[in-house]
This record gives sequence, C-alpha cells and structure tokens, in this order.
Amino acid sequence: MNSTVTTGTETSIWDGGNQPLGASYGKLMMWFFLVSDALTFSGFLAAYGFSRFKFIETWPIADEVFTHVPFFHGNYPMIYVALMTFILIMSSVTMVLAVDAGHKMKKNAVTWYMFATVIGGIIFVGSQAWEWGTFIKGDHGALETKGGRILQFVKADTGERASLADFAASIPDDRIIHERKNGLWFYQEPTLTSVSLEEVVEGFKADSNILIRTEVINEEGEKTLLDRKASLAKLAEATQVVEGANLIHNEYGSRLFADFFFFITGFHGFHVFSGVVINIIIFFNVVIGTYERRGHYEMVEKVGLYWHFVDLVWVFVFTFFYLV
Amino acid sequence: MADGHKLEIFRGLVKFKSNTQKIWGVLAFLTLITAVEVVLGIIKPVSLTDTYVLGMKLINWIFIILTLVKAYYIAWDFMHLRDEKSSLRRAIVWTPIFLVIYLVFILLVEADYIYNVYKDGFVSWNF
Repeated sequence: MNSTVTTGTETSIWDGGNQPLGASYGKLMMWFFLVSDALTFSGFLAAYGFSRFKFIETWPIADEVFTHVPFFHGNYPMIYVALMTFILIMSSVTMVLAVDAGHKMKKNAVTWYMFATVIGGIIFVGSQAWEWGTFIKGDHGALETKGGRILQFVKADTGERASLADFAASIPDDRIIHERKNGLWFYQEPTLTSVSLEEVVEGFKADSNILIRTEVINEEGEKTLLDRKASLAKLAEATQVVEGANLIHNEYGSRLFADFFFFITGFHGFHVFSGVVINIIIFFNVVIGTYERRGHYEMVEKVGLYWHFVDLVWVFVFTFFYLV
Repeated sequence: MADGHKLEIFRGLVKFKSNTQKIWGVLAFLTLITAVEVVLGIIKPVSLTDTYVLGMKLINWIFIILTLVKAYYIAWDFMHLRDEKSSLRRAIVWTPIFLVIYLVFILLVEADYIYNVYKDGFVSWNF
C-alpha cells in the first residue's frame, strides 16, 4: 500500500502541505464531485431500468424512435447518435491532448486544443437540441386509448409505418384553437392536432390497407400487428390523437420513456453545456497567460476531468437509451 | 521520457512511445468498440437476440460489457487514473460500483415483481 506516504519533514502537515493520495487538493475535490455526480446519474439510469422492467413487454424500441439524421430523409436508426458519441469522444481526446501539452508548458498547443474541445462540445449540445426537437415534433402520429396505451398505424402491403395524414379522412370542422385573448378568463388550450380523432377513425374505416400496431412486443421482439378485424375493434377504444412527445403524451409508446429521455439526456446536456462554459473560461485564461504565470496548467487538468466525466456518462446513456 | 505516465495498455501487450501516441491509440480502440456496438445494434444478429443469459439477451450483455470496457479506458487513460496511486483509484472506482450494483439489484428485482403483479394480478391497464 502506498497510501500513507508522508513526504519530507519540511512540509507542514497541518497546513495542507502533504498529499496522502498523491493528488493535489483541487484534483481530489474534483474527484469527490465526480463520484457523487456519477451516483446521481446512476440513480437516474437505475430508475429508468426500474420503469423499463416494469413495462418490459410494452417498452418502445429505440431503433424505431430515433431514426432521423439532419439534412437526410429516410430511415437511419442509430447513425446520428453514433456520430454524436464519436464527436464527444473526439472532444475528449482534444481535451486530454490539451492536458498533455499543459504538462509540457506549450501555451499555443493548449490554446488550440482547448478551442477544438469547445467546438466539439458546442456541436454535441446542438445535436442534442436537434434530437430533442425531432422527438418533440414526432414522426407518424398515433392514437391514445382510454388507458393511455398507444396505437400506431402500419401499411398492410409494405409493412411500413403509416402517418396519420396518409389516410385520415377530411371532415370539415369549425373547431379552432381557443386562445387566451378570446377567453372570458385566462384560459387557453394547447395546439390542436393536425387531424381530429373522427378524421382518423373515418379514414381508417375507408382504407383497408391500414392496420393497427399495439405497444406489446411479441416473441420475435417486434411490436404486435393486429389484423383488420382486431384493428377495427381496437380503434373503438381510442380517445385522442397524439402527435409528438412531451411529458404527458408520447406517440412512440410508454410516456415514461419520454419522461426519462427528457430527464436523463436533459441532465446530461446541462452538464455538457456547463462544461462548454467552463472550457471557454479556461480557454481565455490560457490565452491571457494566467497558467503560464502560475507555472503550471493544473486547472486545465481539473476541468479536463470534468469534461471526460461528461463523455463517460454519455457512454452509459448511449448504451441504455439507444442500444439495449 | 514519459512524464510519469504509464504507457502500456492491454496489460503491457501494447506499449506506446509517448503519452500523445497513447491517447490516439486509445481513441482508435474506443472508436472501434463504438463501431462494433452500432453495427450490432443495426443488424441485431438473431443468434445473439434469441440467446438468453441470466434472463437477459446475449446481445444486451455484449453491449453492457463493451460499455464497461469503454468506461475503463476513458477513466484510466483520459482521466489519468492509471497514473494515480492505487488507493485513490480504488476509492474512486469501488465506491460507486458497490452502491450501483446494490441499487440496480434492488430496483430491477422490484420492477420484475411489479411486472408480474400487472400481468397476473387483478390490475387492468391495457384498455
């Protein structure tokens, strides 16, 4: 064991002069914070696992939820999130290169590596925001039943998902959004869905090519597809149209999935955001030569620890949200 | 010249000449693992999704193990835990591991129980 080495008699033990674990005070405190933060994230992910095991038969399949890539149309599961993962690992690498250059007191190299790290972080947060936007906006739309279950639609001939707009009938309707300025009191309602429940029901009855897909996962690990007769029976249970996802309704399936998605990726995104802000501060400190005058770049190392931690957490979020 | 960095990974199988070189080597390894994960996630081989080990699909075990491998190299080489004293390293690593295993065990067992109550009990929720 090498933990209780007390160096030299000349250092003052009671003034913080000794370093029992060979790490400076600042680094040790950063590790304290990171361990406690790791436990917070573990709590979130364990709670996610809890809810998922609770509804193991009906949980949404991530491959069918996150299928978009910016600027490209079509169905590309996983590709974009894999790219985001790579961007974050890459920015971790530039950070560790900055720390390495700091050890060698190369100010210019530290500056450029810090700059690259900040850029990587900004790209990642932007991608996260885009991912949220896509998720909130929704994809195909679905119906929700009285019990809160989600009914999705599939084209019988191709097996592809059918959007509500593909088959919904057009029924003239005077219903408009009730706005606050028209209200007697301060009431207003959320945005109306693009098609009404009657339009979906009528359109479904008229188009024999559309089938209903329930949340239940079958033996093959796919969502159960009802036949036409069972679909019509199931349709009678629908109470409202759901487009997109928020904390209360989620067209992709279990609403808990959306809740945890927002909480966990949101909490992580907040970490990345604050990491970027701290990195920018450090970047300017490097530029004006604060650490050059101080004689060491340990501050870069400490912030680097935080930045790597954010990357480390993402590795787990990526696995449990997108892969497993 | 090694700046006090340990420059071996894979238990000395791969040795690097400098810390910078080691960083790029670790990046290549992490990228490879991520690529393997993504490819497995997209094609989902039937042999891996149909085999169950300890109640979980084999493919999910592979994902979790690969994740832990990635976490190991990020912590050891990017966060320099490899260069810290073993006592600090153990304090940092084993505290969360112990607590997380405990929490996950309790929550997942409980969740499985609730799943069975929903399934076999007198609770109707799929309507």
